[in-house]
Amino acid sequence: MVAEVVVKTVDLNCSFGPITALKNLDFEIYKNEILGIIGPANSGKTTFLRAINRLNYLNASYRQTGDIFLEGQNIKQISDSILRKKIGIIFALPQVLPVSIFNNVAYGPKVHGISKKNLVTEIVENSLKKAYLWDEVKDRLNTLATKLSGGQQQRLCIARTLAVGPDVILYDEPCSGLDPISTAKVEDAMRELKRDYTQILVTNNTKQAARVTERCGFFLMGEMIEIDETETLFTKPKDKRTDDYITGRFG
Amino acid sequence: MKAKTRQQIAFTILGLTTLLVVAPIVLTIAYVVKNGAGAITWDFLTEPPRNGMKQGGIFPAIVGTVILIIGTMLFSLPLGILSAIYLVEYAKDNLFTRLIKLSVVNLSGIPSIVYGLFGFTLFVVFLRFGTSILAGSLTLAIMSLPVIITATKEALESVPASFREISLSLGASRWQTVRYCVLPYAIPGILTGTVLSLSRAAGETAPILFTAAAFYLPRLPHSVFDQVMALPYHLYITATQVPNMPDKLKFATGIVLIALVFLMNLVSIILRAHYRKKKQW
Repeated sequence: MVAEVVVKTVDLNCSFGPITALKNLDFEIYKNEILGIIGPANSGKTTFLRAINRLNYLNASYRQTGDIFLEGQNIKQISDSILRKKIGIIFALPQVLPVSIFNNVAYGPKVHGISKKNLVTEIVENSLKKAYLWDEVKDRLNTLATKLSGGQQQRLCIARTLAVGPDVILYDEPCSGLDPISTAKVEDAMRELKRDYTQILVTNNTKQAARVTERCGFFLMGEMIEIDETETLFTKPKDKRTDDYITGRFG
Repeated sequence: MKAKTRQQIAFTILGLTTLLVVAPIVLTIAYVVKNGAGAITWDFLTEPPRNGMKQGGIFPAIVGTVILIIGTMLFSLPLGILSAIYLVEYAKDNLFTRLIKLSVVNLSGIPSIVYGLFGFTLFVVFLRFGTSILAGSLTLAIMSLPVIITATKEALESVPASFREISLSLGASRWQTVRYCVLPYAIPGILTGTVLSLSRAAGETAPILFTAAAFYLPRLPHSVFDQVMALPYHLYITATQVPNMPDKLKFATGIVLIALVFLMNLVSIILRAHYRKKKQW
């Protein structure tokens, strides 16, 4: 079976002012996979994620050459609003809005013009269920989201992203601030979401990459050194630098 | 000397300095109240001045000042808030924007009498509004703009950048982001700054000197093209231009003006306290 390519980058170069963040990046991400990206700090992992949904452009000094394709279409031809609806992102620290749990999830549908109350309620419920949060919050949807624990907040962020109906979900070190139990819950949610979504997981935690991803890429100083099946990458890496990083000799 | 003794001395000096800062305002108020409180009567607040202002009340001046504040607010609030939103949320960081920001900062350094002259030239003479509520309000509005813009800018900038990122990352437009994820959290700061700038405008004499204020107009204005009496100007002329003016009437006018300004500041303090309690991040 030939896997369907969802995201593809062609000769992608990214820079912030004089600093080059990503060099000559060419690769493909397949439908319904969880692709892991590992690498030390400043290796361009986050820049890569934020290039895909154009969040990098919030920084005025950002420049980019090369192309990114979403389902065969160059993202230059897609508006910010549509692109970000199709490609959701989960940030490193749980970032919830200081409004109720319900309104956090309902925000996306609202800005995309969904105003029918029962439809919004349905979307909120489904999204929270998919993010494994529904049972914990169904009786207090009107509580402030900031009152939730860190792990719950991060799953709320996942629910909020799901509520706009994306095809691709980007995770930018989603568990860096979470305890092991919360981390396990987020990972469970990711595995469950595999059926319907393509997911890219940037992580500093190589063990996490080994646990949840199927394929994994190793970034170093803005270059992708190697990409392979996760098992192969972790057991028989081709490049010495990958081996050094995975075995903990640097990074 | 022991560290503890030195600390004692330092604290004493710091305490005395603070006291020194509070002293003038307390003394001023005490002095004004002591000399004027006796003249504050219901008639003083509700009657027009009579007998060359040496008798009667200051009702038209109170109303005039309130009208001028409302007029100022109508012009400066939308203009100031909208331009601050533009500067913070939309404007790219280029030479042009930096020039605008610089001029906003410098606008607040211009003496109020210069605003008065400017308003006179532009609104009273060139645009032919005459000495009127309209011209005075516009002049006061221009004077309050820099403070309102600066306060609004600070309020907007204090909203965490993550709120904007969340909103944009979900596909919201810039305007939706500002409308739903920035403004609601900036409003307390905006209101506080705005009310403070208006209370300052309420007490200004120079900007309305040539643009709005009437020396003696013992009736209420009929339209925005009418002149008005105003508290600060009334105080100024009764203190300098009216011979044999009873002192207690002047001080009574001062009390009313101070009370008005305090009232506005109080509103701003209450607003701030109210919103701070609701702040959840």
